[in-house]
Amino acid sequence: MAEFDWALWLPYIFAALMGFAILVYVILDGFDLGIGILSPLADDAQKDRMVSAIGPFWDANETWLVLAVGVLLVAFPVAHGVILTTLYFPVAVLLIGLILRGVAFEFRAKVSVAAKPVWNRMFFVGSLMSALAQGYMLGSYVLGLDTGWAAVGFAVLVAVCLAAAYAAIGAAWLIHKTEGELQKKAVAWLRASLGLVALGMAAISLATPLASARIWDRWLGFPETLFLAPLPVLTVGLFAWLWQLSGKLPLEGDRLNLAPFAALAGIFALGFAGLAWSFYPYVVPGRITIAEAASATESLAIILVGTLFVLPVITGYSIWAYRIFGGKAVDLRYD
Amino acid sequence: MDALLLSRIQFAANISFHILFPTITIALGWLLLWFRLRFNRTGDQAYMDAYFFWVKVFALSFAMGVVSGITMSFQFGTNWPGFMESVGNIAGPLLAYEVLTAFFLEAVFLGIMLFGSRRVSARVHTLATFLVAFGTTMSAFWILVLNSWMHTPQGFEIRDGVAYATDWFAIVFNPSLPYRLVHMLLASGLTVAFLVAGVSALRWLVSDRSRANMLTLRTGLTLGAILIPLQIFAGDMHGLNTLEHQPQKVAAMEANWETGPRVPLILFAIPDEEARENRFEIGIPGGASLILTHDPDGVVPGLNDFVAEDGTLLHPPVTPLFFAFRIMVGVGFTMLFVAWAGSWMIWRRGDINRPLAYVLVPMALSGWAATLAGWYTTEIGRQPWLVSGVLKTSDAVSALPAGSVGITLAAYLLVYAGLILAYLSVIVALALKAAKTPHEAPPGINDPGIDPDPAMAVATGRDARG
Repeated sequence: MAEFDWALWLPYIFAALMGFAILVYVILDGFDLGIGILSPLADDAQKDRMVSAIGPFWDANETWLVLAVGVLLVAFPVAHGVILTTLYFPVAVLLIGLILRGVAFEFRAKVSVAAKPVWNRMFFVGSLMSALAQGYMLGSYVLGLDTGWAAVGFAVLVAVCLAAAYAAIGAAWLIHKTEGELQKKAVAWLRASLGLVALGMAAISLATPLASARIWDRWLGFPETLFLAPLPVLTVGLFAWLWQLSGKLPLEGDRLNLAPFAALAGIFALGFAGLAWSFYPYVVPGRITIAEAASATESLAIILVGTLFVLPVITGYSIWAYRIFGGKAVDLRYD
Repeated sequence: MDALLLSRIQFAANISFHILFPTITIALGWLLLWFRLRFNRTGDQAYMDAYFFWVKVFALSFAMGVVSGITMSFQFGTNWPGFMESVGNIAGPLLAYEVLTAFFLEAVFLGIMLFGSRRVSARVHTLATFLVAFGTTMSAFWILVLNSWMHTPQGFEIRDGVAYATDWFAIVFNPSLPYRLVHMLLASGLTVAFLVAGVSALRWLVSDRSRANMLTLRTGLTLGAILIPLQIFAGDMHGLNTLEHQPQKVAAMEANWETGPRVPLILFAIPDEEARENRFEIGIPGGASLILTHDPDGVVPGLNDFVAEDGTLLHPPVTPLFFAFRIMVGVGFTMLFVAWAGSWMIWRRGDINRPLAYVLVPMALSGWAATLAGWYTTEIGRQPWLVSGVLKTSDAVSALPAGSVGITLAAYLLVYAGLILAYLSVIVALALKAAKTPHEAPPGINDPGIDPDPAMAVATGRDARG
């Protein structure tokens, strides 16, 4: 048996770790941002309830982004520089959006009644800016960080669709965490945003193979098509089931209140798996591979040791925190 | 202005804004744990009132620190790609360990600390408070490891212009880490001491004599009085360590141009960097030699030793260092005087008087002033190096157009200025509101949906009997 070659495998382990962190981020902070995007549609009392549905979690959810960028920075420093300097403005929009969103949680709860609408608006604007910026970055990345006008147009389309996807998963989280009038509203929001989510996934699925012959072959060559068929089939199936279910929600006794969230998380994961398959083994599409961009083996090894110990602990206490604040959201109080 | 200067200003603006908030949360986390533990032990509701007031300030500061910290982590890639490309093998793991051991811990347990006091037992809530405090301190540890390594790098070798780690123990425990870490943690303690004393003094001025407020007033003053002499001692040690490893920085702090014995301690001067001399100099003969070498005849390095053959300056800019250092020291000695006078007054009379309160209120921000001045001293003092002797700042900057950096810089400055104003006004508003309603209902009673925490009910009951 050939000896396991760490130097060869470490970059791929870190690429997988980064992918995992991005996926967890998109699902978890996705619903936080989505609730921010939906917040102008709710009345004042409902806004408070929506914020309390994410208040204890958003900070930890956002940390997955820090981990993802951290892994990119740590494991693939060259790619980190290329991607972030190319996407300089969307990154700045993302950061300012995250700043406004993050501080709005605290400020809206502490300022006078007169000043509260200002911070509610910041919460909405910050969430929307962050979602749009992330979508724009995704769209650019899919087209190989191209900066032509067609690529910009495509990136704008993806930006809108990702914001809609976040709104959808935010609505799904509200269906789980709320009841009564707000829950009914959330169902309507979910149904209204699903069309754009489907459009976005379809657009990326079509644009990616068209943008690159390599990706075309990878998806439409034989026998790959057969192995990959479950990805789109499952995605379409989940969409159909979610659409049909959401027409009937809320059910008797609030059954299946977590199902829309799970279905959307599944759809996100499937879409992500598709992207990963398209771009592997590149970290900057068509330019830099995972192996070329990787840091020194000894540096990756020392992080991996820590990660293997710490990541399960983080996952464990994160789940525990979600359980502590499980059930329907109630008003948040500091005491 | 060129992209390098704009990128430097942008990074300085980001880090200056960011550092304000960890400086508060590191020590405030431990102070909250202290309040929580005292309440667990004595059942004195004043401790819990103090906890619930200051946890709001903590939450606000924490959010400001988190969002600006994320900005920092992206700045490496957007503006300084050369940094990670050349020393990423060392900086990367240190930052990764910060995320893994500190960020998640703080972020997850913060939710429980803020909103969980009626959902978990007193023991778990205390544990969450401890883990948040521990997390913020771990975070500071890793950041200061990286920062200290950038000042006093060791444990690596350069191959093809890229640094490779050879000894992680040497990297982590680099020569300036102990001094820098202690100096920063004490700075955090002092910042919180004066913030707590200042905000309590504000409440006192609007006639809030609640037990919780008198308690925090006394705690802040006492903490300040204890920590400031320790800080002066630690700062002196840190200076001697800097003299050993970065003599050009000390020479610039002292505005000393020529190496020699009996160097005066300059109280005031305007350094003239063109003529390479000081104007309007007022100094104590032999003072700098005495402080730096503990001998008035000791030889102190001068800036003229750090000019290359071709005239390139290998020392940092003198004027900002000279003044930043003096501001830090000046604020420090003001703290010493105020904290000791205030502590003496409150221990003798059990109360403060109006003049002291009027001094304490603006002193609430003295920790920020000293921290920023100290931070500029040490960071500008590393120039022209980004990593001393390894990587020049000008070699790490990204090839962005100056216009792009200018636009984002303006946007960040606008956001930061707005947030600072909002932050300060909310803290003042919280203080005034708390002063008007000093006795809130005990937790859990107005909340029919949730069972009151049994441990808390016992503790409160004991308080009511006592």
